[in-house]
Amino acid sequence: MDQTPGLIESIERLEEATVLRLAGDVDLNSSPQLRQALRQVVTRRPKVIVVNLGGVQYMDSSGLATLVEALKRIAEYGGQLRLVRLNPRVAAVFEISQLDKVFDVLADEQEAVHP
Amino acid sequence: MTPGSEPTGPCLFIRVPSQTRFLAVERALVRQVGLLAGFPPETVDRIVLAIDEACTNIIRHGYGGPCDRPIEIGVELLGAAGDGQPAGVTFVIRDYGRQVDPAKLVPRDVGEVRPGGLGVHIIHQVMDKVEYSRAEGAGMKLTLTKRHNACGPGNGPDPAAKT
Repeated sequence: MDQTPGLIESIERLEEATVLRLAGDVDLNSSPQLRQALRQVVTRRPKVIVVNLGGVQYMDSSGLATLVEALKRIAEYGGQLRLVRLNPRVAAVFEISQLDKVFDVLADEQEAVHP
Repeated sequence: MTPGSEPTGPCLFIRVPSQTRFLAVERALVRQVGLLAGFPPETVDRIVLAIDEACTNIIRHGYGGPCDRPIEIGVELLGAAGDGQPAGVTFVIRDYGRQVDPAKLVPRDVGEVRPGGLGVHIIHQVMDKVEYSRAEGAGMKLTLTKRHNACGPGNGPDPAAKT
């Protein structure tokens, strides 16, 4: 599958949380990168995983599916997945799919990194 | 927009390979068409999402993964004579892959939280008319219409619909 370079801008491991920062469109082309990065992070079982979507202008259902898959894996070991900095366009995709109530969505990283 | 039938409004047609890297090209086209049709930005975002989901489904399910087979997208601005404001837009999306029973292409229960299967739900939420059919010879044809004054789940914050 084609890969979009640079979807994963950075992965930062903090004391109790790991933060993934994304930049670019999350679609069928790029979501495999997100899936791979999340699977890698989940193996370390951090208490909190924060996905910063501030650099994401577009997300489709493959991006949603990737996040739902991660949510379930993280819940299995008692961790938490939090999403931050959703722009209105991305937030609308969660609403259309009725996933806005399923995810823990917060305004910024500072708020999200504490268990 | 189908062979042998003359469209009633301005139309265009593109054929893209069923590779995921071309999805961004398709989205750029649909965004411009949505704006040209006079929809507000929030509605254009939703139309872009719906058409993208349709193309994604073709790549994943119609062709069984990315490859170099064609996805054809026809676009017609409805009721737009000359420079007049279109009444809406119709997309006809055709592939040459697997044929399925159109009756089986229905939205799933989104109350069940699980990965996958959201594309058809999104398409139905956004567009006013969604019609799957078996295309002649091979593949599927999906006709999607969005109108300015339609009342439906896809017509959220659309100021044009309230005037």
